[in-house]
Order: sequence, then C-alpha cells, then structure tokens
Amino acid sequence: MVTLEKSGSAGSVRTEAVCRHFRMGESVIRAVDGISLQIGAGEFVALLGSSGSGKSSLLNLIAGLDRPTGGAVVVNGANLAEMSSAELCRYRRHSVGMVFQAFNLIGRMTLLENVELPLRFAETERGGRQALAREALRRVGLESRMTHRPSQLSGGEQQRAALARALVNRPRLLLADEPTGNLDSHTGIEILELLREWNEQFGMTLVLVTHERALAERYAQRLVFLADGKVTADHGNFGC
Amino acid sequence: MKTGDLVELAARNIRESVLRNALTTLGVGVGVASLVAMLALGIGLQQLAGRRLARSGLFDTIAVTSRRSLRGFDRGPGGEAGPSAESRPLDEPARLEIAQLPGVLEAVPDLRFLAEVRYEGKPHLAVVVAGLPPSARDTDAFDNLQGRFFSSPAAAEVILQVQFADELLGVRERPDDSSAKLNVQTATLIGKELTLRYAERVSAEVAAAAAPPASGKRGGGGNPPSAAAPPAPPLSAMAGFSVVPHERALRIAAVTDHDPEGLRGAAGARLFLPLQMAESLHALLPAGLRASEPDFSNSPAYPSLSVRVKSPNRVEAVEEAIRKMGFRTYSILDATRSLRRFFAVLDLFLGIFGSLALAVAALGIVNTLVMAILERRREIGIMKAVGASDGDVKMLFLAEAAVLGLLGGVLGVAMGWVMGRLINAGANLFLRRQNLPAEKLWSVPGWLVGGAILFAVLVSMIAGLYPAARAARLDPVEALRYE
Repeated sequence: MVTLEKSGSAGSVRTEAVCRHFRMGESVIRAVDGISLQIGAGEFVALLGSSGSGKSSLLNLIAGLDRPTGGAVVVNGANLAEMSSAELCRYRRHSVGMVFQAFNLIGRMTLLENVELPLRFAETERGGRQALAREALRRVGLESRMTHRPSQLSGGEQQRAALARALVNRPRLLLADEPTGNLDSHTGIEILELLREWNEQFGMTLVLVTHERALAERYAQRLVFLADGKVTADHGNFGC
Repeated sequence: MKTGDLVELAARNIRESVLRNALTTLGVGVGVASLVAMLALGIGLQQLAGRRLARSGLFDTIAVTSRRSLRGFDRGPGGEAGPSAESRPLDEPARLEIAQLPGVLEAVPDLRFLAEVRYEGKPHLAVVVAGLPPSARDTDAFDNLQGRFFSSPAAAEVILQVQFADELLGVRERPDDSSAKLNVQTATLIGKELTLRYAERVSAEVAAAAAPPASGKRGGGGNPPSAAAPPAPPLSAMAGFSVVPHERALRIAAVTDHDPEGLRGAAGARLFLPLQMAESLHALLPAGLRASEPDFSNSPAYPSLSVRVKSPNRVEAVEEAIRKMGFRTYSILDATRSLRRFFAVLDLFLGIFGSLALAVAALGIVNTLVMAILERRREIGIMKAVGASDGDVKMLFLAEAAVLGLLGGVLGVAMGWVMGRLINAGANLFLRRQNLPAEKLWSVPGWLVGGAILFAVLVSMIAGLYPAARAARLDPVEALRYE
C-alpha cells in the first residue's frame, strides 16, 4: 500500500546561483546561469520558458541527473553538488520521482515491471515490490493493464504508468519535464489533475517544466519564467 | 541490485533479442566445443598411453635385488665379504615385509631357471623357464594369447612363447627369429602335454635319506641343464643341499606372441609356469648356486623381486622404503615423468588451439554487448534516472555476458561431446580397417565439463568488461536525450 504523508521540510529545494555551462569548442553555452530559487516543501511550481531557456537543464540539476558547474542545489538541506555518485544515486532512488515528456518507459517490459524497476534498484523484497507496484498502478487507473507493454497503451496511459513509476518509491519531490508535451489537451489535463491531486493530498513538492502557460496558470501555485538560463520572473499564481 | 534481480533482468534482456543473442551464444558454443574436443582428445590420448603403460607393467614396477648377493660374488674370502649390518638376504620374510609396505600391490619373486623340454619324442630343447604371478594376466604381454591363461596359480600348465613353440614343432631353429607368429600350427600345441626336465634343489638330509634318489622320474637322455645335473654326488653337500634332475609333465595352456625380451620379470624366458607351481618345483635358481655363504639357510634367497605398486606416483616412496630395508631397487620412474611432461605440453597446445575459437567468440560477445548499449542507450538513462547506480548498470551488462557465456558453455560442451564421439568413431573405423583393435581416443571427464563452462563464463565476462564499463559511464542526461 502506497502511503504518502505530509511532512515538514522534506521536499524543499533551494538553488544558490546555480550554473550549468557547457563548453562547445571555443564557445560556452550557459544553459543555467546563476539561478537562485527557493521552493518550499509541498509547493507546486511551474518553470516556464521557450525552448533552450534552461528549464529542463535546471530540472536535471534538481533531479541529481546532472551536476552544476557552479553554485549549489540544496534539497532537503543536502547540497547535491557535493554529493558523490553513490549518494546522488541514492537520492534519485529514494527522494525524487521523475516524469518525462517521452514517458521513458522501457518497451521490453510490462507496465508492472516498469513500475517495479525503481524498487529493484532500491533492493525491495520481491513480494513487497509487486504489492507497491500494483498499488501505484491502481492509483493511476491502470490495474487492468499491468501485463501490457507500453506499446500496447495510449499516450495518456503511458504517461500515467510513468507517473506510477515516479510515485512507487514514495518520493517527497516530483519533477515533471513537459509531461503533457506528447499528449492531446484532454489527456494532458487528466495528467495535471492527477499531479495536483497528489500535490494537495500528500504534500509532495512538484516542479513542472512546461511551455504551455495556460496549463501552468491553471494548476501551478507559482510560476517561474526562464530565458537564456536566467530567471526573468517569479511570482505566485493568484488565479490558481 | 540483488543478484537474483540482476540475473532475472539479464536473462530477460537476452530473451528480447533472440536472434542476435542466439548467434552470439552459438559463437561461444563453437569456441567451447573446439576447446572441449581438443582437450578431450589430449586427455583421451593421455589416458590411452597411461593405460597402455600401466598394462606394460613397466612404470608401476620396482625391481628389487639384494646388496648382499652381489657382495658375495664380487669379493673374495677374508676381505669385506661379510654382510654389512644393513644388508639382508632377499628371502621370503623380506618379500613378505616388502609386500606389506603401503602402496605395494604385490611383491613376487623372479623365478627363472634353465630347463629342457621334450615334446612328442623329439630331441630335448633347452629353454629358460619363468614363473608368472596371476597378475601377469592383466599385462599387455598376454593381450594376444592363443589359448587361455593358467587355470589356477598352481596348475600344471605352461604358456609357450611363439618362437619356442615353432622350435617345438620343428618349424624353425633359430630362436632369435622374431618373425614367428601365432598360426594354425601353433594352435595345435594347445592342450598337448610336454615334459619339463630341470635341476631340483633337494636339501642334503632329504637327498641322503632318499639315496638312491627316488624323488621322481629321473631324466633319461639329452644334455643336462647345467653342471649340477648329475644326480650324485651332490654338488653342494657342504652347503646342505643336493641337486637332482627331475621331470614333470605339463599341459600346454596357451601360446603368446609377445617378445620374450619385453616381459616384465621374465625377460629372456620362453616358457612360463604359474608362479606358485614354479615355486613348488624347487628348481635350482642361479642364486641358489651361491651356496657358500656362511648363513645359508633353508629359506632360499631370490635373485630379485618384482614389486608392483598401486600407481606410478607411489614408486618413489616405495623405492625409498625398500632401499631403507637394505635392498637395491630399480625403476623407470623418470620415463613416466617425461611422459607426463609431454602430455602436459600437448594438452597446453591443444588447449591454446581450442581457445582460439573461444577468443573469436569473445569478440562476438563484445560486439553484441556494444550493439546492445547503442540500442539501449535510452534504457540505461531511464535506469539511472530511477535509481540505478553505475555499478548496477555495469553488473547488469556483465551478468548478460555471463548468461551468454553460460548458455554458450553448455551448448559448447554438448557440441564438443558430439564432436569427440565423431572423432572417436572415425578413428576406430580407420583402426578397424587396419586390423587394429578399437581404442578410446577421446575422454570428457567431469572436471572438463565444469571447467569448460566456467571458462566460457569467465571469458564472456572478461569480454563484457569493456561494454559494461562503457554502459556504466553513460551520462544519464545524454542517454535520455538519445532517440
């Protein structure tokens, strides 16, 4: 049984002048250029910006998939920039869940196996692992499709399965990178409804990267606008 | 990740690319099969040679002689002729003591004496007679026997060497003609009776009591076997025994075509008796003539003993123990060492040639896994995003390599076994056409099966090291971006 409970500062994110620069020959690409942000635990924040603005790069830094070239990313009080590979791996395994635009389910596995995958790396016992994966799939309404492979599902179903996989380790921080990008508007709304439900119900911190301003304004509590690797605007979404 | 999950995921990934992985497995299988077939052939040849040598009785046998007897012969009276404290006669108590040594199968005396044979009223023929222990039946000297081996250790039977059989039949006269072969004529001898005339050693008391001698049928004509042949007066009355000629009727049990010079413990003999029966004849042995030794007793000294040990490995230790007892020993242990060295080198070379195919197969594994990394780049990114460590990814690819190696190893052993059977069948077909007996040239012992599979897994994992390290190094962000 998946249980997500509200907790104090768990899931809080703070970036301090974080930079991610890429060297391409002679030139330097500043994907993230000195961003300082404070995201409170349980907050639903949308990162908005055009393509190449640095929102996905910032999300990867918060997810611990990438390391900053400068500054700090502090999650739950721990600076990801100072963590070893093993510590970052443990962080990704237990503290953060990720959802991608392209769903990123493994095509050769069934939905159940896909959802079980993070639990395998977390060395959860087989019995408990299956129960958790089934419960996560039930939450996203896919209990009848557990033995199907991703290719046998619609885009919306695949994204819900990806959400179940992100949820199964009971993370305090959920990072969604354009989760509606490959979906029609109706399905996209379904997914965002699900995200908001978890955010409200379990107090899970949610960082949503999107270029669809209307959706962000409808669901997120706070909108952060990025351009050229910098924050251009950061304000509460009072219409939400 | 837990080992069970690792193997499960690896096996699952292999099942997904059935054709490519099946071809890679087949490649490993062919490599292992070639290795197994080569080594099985080397082992088979080694075992064949070992069996042959063991049956020759040369490599597990120690010849034992007395130090004392030689001294007695070499040194004059008044010198250092007296036996040293350590030396002792090679008599029955000594034989029994040697037979009790650990690792000794048997210690049999080399009984050999000169005698005359009369067959169907033809003139007497001189011949060297030897006693054979029952174990001689298992040596290759009696592989090709016309007739049957002695029916019992004390049977009144003889086995003739084929050249001597020809002489008896009057077919040839030159005893050194080695062209003699078992044929229909020699077969006619089997079951017939011949008369053996020999010099019997009788203790002085018995001889005196029996005078005029009546201890059997006296020899009629022909040449006496030695100067000791005339019945009276006894040659060595002083030493406590007499020599009297004696005759004994014996049935011809078999004819052997073995070279008389090659027979263990019976070199030069052309007529063989069961050992126990030969002992019961009390024939005068050459060593018995050395009767001037002051402590000559009624227990006669043997000229030499043949000591058979359980395996050639024990020869050295047993030889040492016998030497400590005060006897001389001789064995051809060094020859077995050379043989072992030869087969070790042969196995090494066969193994190297066999491994070449496996090395090529290992390149196939590298190729398969590198291709898998390219195909599964995004999957590796996903695994890292959901919590896989670099080590997890590395271990997963290594496990896949190991599973490929395991499957290839099992397949290869099966293929190698079939190849070996075919080689054996082909070789035996050839041998049969050459009128030679079939041989087992090929052998797959259990350790080779286990070793080959383990080796295949090991080689596959070594081949998987580079792809696994490459997969582990993949940047998850880059990998997730990969289409």
